[in-house]
Amino acid sequence: MANQDVLLKVEDLRLYFRTTKGVLRAVDGVSFELGADRAMVIVGESGCGKTSLARAILRLLPRNVHTYTGKVYLDGQEVMSLSDEQFRRQVRWVKMSFVPQAAMNALNPVIRVADQVAEPLLIHNRIKSKAEAKRRVEEALKLVGVPLDFMTRYAFELSGGMRQRVIIAMALVTSPVLVILDEPTSALDVLTQANIMNSLKRIRKELALTYILITHDISTSSELANESMVMYAGQLAERSHAGGFYKDPYHPYSRMLMASVPSLREDKELAFIPGKPPSLLNPPEGCRFAPRCPERFEMCDQDPPPFTLEDGRVVRCWLYRGRA
Amino acid sequence: MQRTNGKLLEIKDLHKWFELRKFGFIRIGFVRAVDGVTFDLGPKEALAFVGESGCGKSTLARTVLGLHQPTKGEVIFQGRALHKLGRWYRSQVGYVQQDPYGALPPFMTVQRILEEPLIINRVARTRAERLARVTEVLEEVRLTPVRDFLGKFPHMLSGGQQQRVVIARATVLRPKLIVADEPVSMLDASVRVEILKLLRELQEAHELGVIYITHDLSTIRYFSERIFVMYAAKFVEKAGVRELIHNPLHPYTQALLEAIPDPDPKNAETYKDVPPGEPPSLINPPEGCRFHPRCSRMIEGLCDVQVPPEFEPQPGHYVACWLYRDGEVPAADN
Amino acid sequence: MRAIIAGFKELTRYKSAMFGLFIIGLLVAISIYTVIAIPYSEAIRLWRGGEEIWREYPRNALPSWVNIFPGVNLPKTMILSTTEVEKQVQPLGGGTTNIRAVLTFDYSSNTFPKELALRFTATYQAKEPFVDVLWITPDGREFRLDTESISHEEWVLISQDTTLRRRLGNQPPEVGLFADPENPDRPLQGTYQLVLDGYVFEEGSDLDARLIIYGRVHGWAGTDDQRRDLMVALLWGTPIALAFGLFGALVTSVTSLIIAAVGVWYARWVDAAIQRITEVRMILPTLPILIMIGTFYSRSIWLMLGAIIVLSIFGSAIKTNRAMFLQMREAPYIEAARSYGASNLRIVFRYLIPKAIPLLIPSFVIMIPSLVFLEASLAFIGLGDPVLPTWGKVLQNASSGGALYKGYYYWVLEPAFLLMLTGVGFTAVGFALDRIFNPRLREI
Repeated sequence: MANQDVLLKVEDLRLYFRTTKGVLRAVDGVSFELGADRAMVIVGESGCGKTSLARAILRLLPRNVHTYTGKVYLDGQEVMSLSDEQFRRQVRWVKMSFVPQAAMNALNPVIRVADQVAEPLLIHNRIKSKAEAKRRVEEALKLVGVPLDFMTRYAFELSGGMRQRVIIAMALVTSPVLVILDEPTSALDVLTQANIMNSLKRIRKELALTYILITHDISTSSELANESMVMYAGQLAERSHAGGFYKDPYHPYSRMLMASVPSLREDKELAFIPGKPPSLLNPPEGCRFAPRCPERFEMCDQDPPPFTLEDGRVVRCWLYRGRA
Repeated sequence: MQRTNGKLLEIKDLHKWFELRKFGFIRIGFVRAVDGVTFDLGPKEALAFVGESGCGKSTLARTVLGLHQPTKGEVIFQGRALHKLGRWYRSQVGYVQQDPYGALPPFMTVQRILEEPLIINRVARTRAERLARVTEVLEEVRLTPVRDFLGKFPHMLSGGQQQRVVIARATVLRPKLIVADEPVSMLDASVRVEILKLLRELQEAHELGVIYITHDLSTIRYFSERIFVMYAAKFVEKAGVRELIHNPLHPYTQALLEAIPDPDPKNAETYKDVPPGEPPSLINPPEGCRFHPRCSRMIEGLCDVQVPPEFEPQPGHYVACWLYRDGEVPAADN
Repeated sequence: MRAIIAGFKELTRYKSAMFGLFIIGLLVAISIYTVIAIPYSEAIRLWRGGEEIWREYPRNALPSWVNIFPGVNLPKTMILSTTEVEKQVQPLGGGTTNIRAVLTFDYSSNTFPKELALRFTATYQAKEPFVDVLWITPDGREFRLDTESISHEEWVLISQDTTLRRRLGNQPPEVGLFADPENPDRPLQGTYQLVLDGYVFEEGSDLDARLIIYGRVHGWAGTDDQRRDLMVALLWGTPIALAFGLFGALVTSVTSLIIAAVGVWYARWVDAAIQRITEVRMILPTLPILIMIGTFYSRSIWLMLGAIIVLSIFGSAIKTNRAMFLQMREAPYIEAARSYGASNLRIVFRYLIPKAIPLLIPSFVIMIPSLVFLEASLAFIGLGDPVLPTWGKVLQNASSGGALYKGYYYWVLEPAFLLMLTGVGFTAVGFALDRIFNPRLREI
C-alpha cells in the first residue's frame, strides 16, 4: 500500500476534551497515511471518534479542548505547528475542505445559493473581481450537478439532495486537494444518495481529488472508497485497501461489523455485536475491544500496538503480531 | 367480533389529504399524502412498506393507527370500520416510532411508561397485575434483569434499549396489530439487526400482524413476507419479498434496488444507473403515472396521461405500470 | 421530580448561586424569626402605635452601629427614672411633703442629644403636686428649669421650652444645658445631675419622674419621623415580601403554564381566545391599572396581589410557554400517547406539563423579586396596604418625610438595601437555575 505520493500523513494525533465528567479522549493516538488521488473511508460506530478525527485534522475545535497534539503533514508541510491564523489562511478550505454532517440543514437561509458558494472563495482566496468569483461558482455548481438557474434561489427553495450538492460545491470552489466528507448522504433517500455518489465519483476522477469519507454506513462507503480505516474507541483498529477490507477484514471488530451489515442480494445470516463501546472518559486498560471480542486471549490485557503487516495493511490486534 | 375473510386489516381506496391554507383560511390546495391505497393484511402477516421520504408512508401509518381521519376510503379492522370502533381500537394496535428517545416521556420511569397504556385502557386493574404485565413485556424484549430497568429514566438507556422499551410499550396491551414506522433507522447499524430480529420473534410468538415501514430496503428480507413499494402517495408494486428482490418489475423498484449498495469494493469503480430528479410534490403531482417524468421507459401518450391500474403479470405480484398492460412481463429493454 | 432535585444539586457548581442561596436562607431565617418573635397583631399594633407606644423613642435616630466609625460618637437615648433611685421624703408640715430625687447620669458623647423631656406621673386625690427641677452640669453650673404643677401624667418637653431657650442665650435647651462653656459647639462630657424637688399636699400622694434624654441613634435600624423603630418594619417587611413574591410567582407560573398548555393542545378557538385576551392585556400598562384599582377601590394587599396575579398570568408568560408547548406538541411521545388512547386532559396534565416544569423553575425564581419590587413600588407611590409595615411603606414614609432633603439617608438606604438583597439573592439563583435547566445556555 506504499504510495510514493503521500498527501496526508498523520502521526499520533490526540484530541481530548474537557467535560464536566472528566477528560474525554476522543482521538487517542491515531496515525495513518493517505496517498494522493485516493479515497479513504473511515468507518466506526457512533462515538468512536471519527468526526473528532476530522475536526482534529481540520483544526475545527470547540472551546473545551484539553489536549491537542500530534503531527499532521499535508503535502509534505507539517501543519500542526502553524498558528491558528496561518492555518486558516493557508490550509483550511485552501488545501483541505470539509463537508460536515447534516450540512444541508446549515445553509444560511437569508443568502442566495450563489453568494453562499462564493463565500469560501472570498474569505480564503481573497478573489477581488466579482466576475472571477462568479465564474468559479458556476464551475463548482456545474461540477456537482446543480442547474445554474438555482444560483439566484434561496436555500429553503431547494430539495435535500440539491442542498447537499450546494454544500459539496462550497467545499470544492476553492480547489482544495483533499476533501473530508462527514456522512454526506445519510439524511437522504436512496436514489438521491446514489445520484450524489455518482457525482462524487465523477468529480474525483475529473479533479484528481483525494477524499476522506466518514460514515457508519458500511454499504455506502464502498461506493467511494479504495482505502479504508476502522476506528474504535478513539483508536485506529484497522487500515486497509478497500479490496482487502470488504472481502476479508482482519480485525475481529471489522469482521463483526461486516457480518452485521444486512445484504440485499445474498442470503446472509446476520450477526450483531453484543455490548457497548467503552466510554471515552476512562478507557479500559488493554485492548479496548477485548470485552466484546470473541477471540480474546490473555495478551489482550495489554493494549496492542498497530502492527503493519507484510501486505501493507495495519491491524491493531495481537492476533496479527506474527505477521508484522 | 366478526371477521370477514379472516383479515385483520382491510384498507379500501384510502385517501388522506391535508388542506393548505393561506392566511389561515383561504384554501389554496391539498397535500395529497395518501392518494388511493388498497390492501389487506392477514392476522399473522408481516408487511413492509418501502418508499423514500415524502412518499406518504408515515401518513398512511398514522391513518391506519387512527391518528388521522381518512379523507376518503375506509380502514376496516377485523371486519368493522375504524370510526365505529372508538376507544377499543387503541388497545388493539401498537405503535413503534422512529425516534426511540423522543418516543419516551423523559420524566417517566420505564415502569411508568409501560403502565400508562394499561391504566388508560383499564387493563390489569391492580398494581400487582400491572407489575406482572410490565415484567412480562420487559422480559420479552430482553431487558433483564427486569428490576434493574423498572426505575430507570429514558436518558439512562442506550438507543437500542430505548427502542426495546418502545416495543414493549407497543405490545403491553397485547394488540393484534403493530405499526412500526422506521423502527431502526435512528439506531446504530450494529443494533438494527437485533431489534429487527426481536420484532420478528414477537410477531411470531404473539401472532401479530405487523406493518413495517422503512426506506431501507436492505433490512426487508430479514423481516417481512410481502413488500409494498410506495411512490408519491400510491403503491406502485406489491410482491413477496424474495420475488420483489429478484424480479422487480416497476422501473422505480428497479431503480431502488439498483441504488442500494452492498459492501463491494468494485462499487467505487462503477456508476449506478439511477433516474435523475426528485420525487414529485404531493400538492401537484404529475398527470398520469407519477413516476413518468423520471422513467427511462416511459410511453408517450400513455404514461403521462392515464394513471395505470394494478396489473398482475405474475400471481401475487402486482405492478401499477403500463409496461405490463398486456398481462405479461415485457422483454428486457436495452 | 428527580430531574428537579438533580438540577438543584447542580447549583453547587455555581458560586453566584450559592451566594444567592445564602442570601435567600438569611431572608427566610429572618422571616421565621420575625413571625415568631413579633406576632402579626403585635406588629400591627406597634406600627400603627403612634405616640403612646413610641413617645420615649427618639425621632429620626440613626442606627446605633454608626458609632463604630472613628470619630462618630452619637448619643444613645438615656432614660432615668426616679423609681430606680432613692427618694428622700421629708414632711414639711401643714400637710406638705417634700419628695426629693436626684437623677444622675454620665454624658460621654461628643454630640448633643436630640431632645430632652421629662415625664411626670403623680398619684393624688385633688391637689396637684408641684415640682422644682434643677439641672446641674459636671462643672457645677446650675440651671433652674420651670416649676411645674403635675397632673396624673404630664409631659414636660424641655426642648420646646422657649423661655428656657432665651435664658440659655437663644440656644435650644438640649444644646444649652449640655454645652461646654469653653467650647460651646460641643457638649461637656461628665456627670450630670437632675434634682427633682416635689411637693405633695395630700396623704398618700406620690410623684415619679422619668428624664428622657433623646439620643441620636437607636437600635439596629434607627427610627423614623414618628419615632417608630424601623426594625419593626424592616423585619416584618421580609416575610411579607417573601410571601407576596413567592405566592404571586407560584400562582402566576403554574396558572399561565396550565392555560398555555390547554390552549396549545385544544387549539382552534380555545387557543385563539387565549391569545387574543393575552394580546389585549399585554398592550395595557400594568402599573396604571394597579394605581386605578388602588385609588378607586381598595389598597388591601390581598386585592393588589390578586390583581397583579391576574395581570401577570395573561402576560408574556403565556406567550413564551405557548411557544414551548407548540414545539412539544409535535414530540413523538405525545403522538404515542394518543395512539394508546390517552385522553386530551391526560395528555395536557401528564405529558405536556411535566415536561415543562423544569423549564418553569428559573422563571418562577426570577419572578419573585420582580413582584417584591412591584409591591414596593406601589407602596412607594402611596398605594401600599394601609396597615402592613413593608419596605415600600418605609420608603414612602421616607419620601414624604423628606428624608433625603434632611439628610436621613439611612431611612432610605435600609429598605433599599433589603430590596436589593432580595433581588440579588433570587436572581443569582434564578439565572444559575436557568443555565442548568436550559441546556442551550450551559457552559462546559
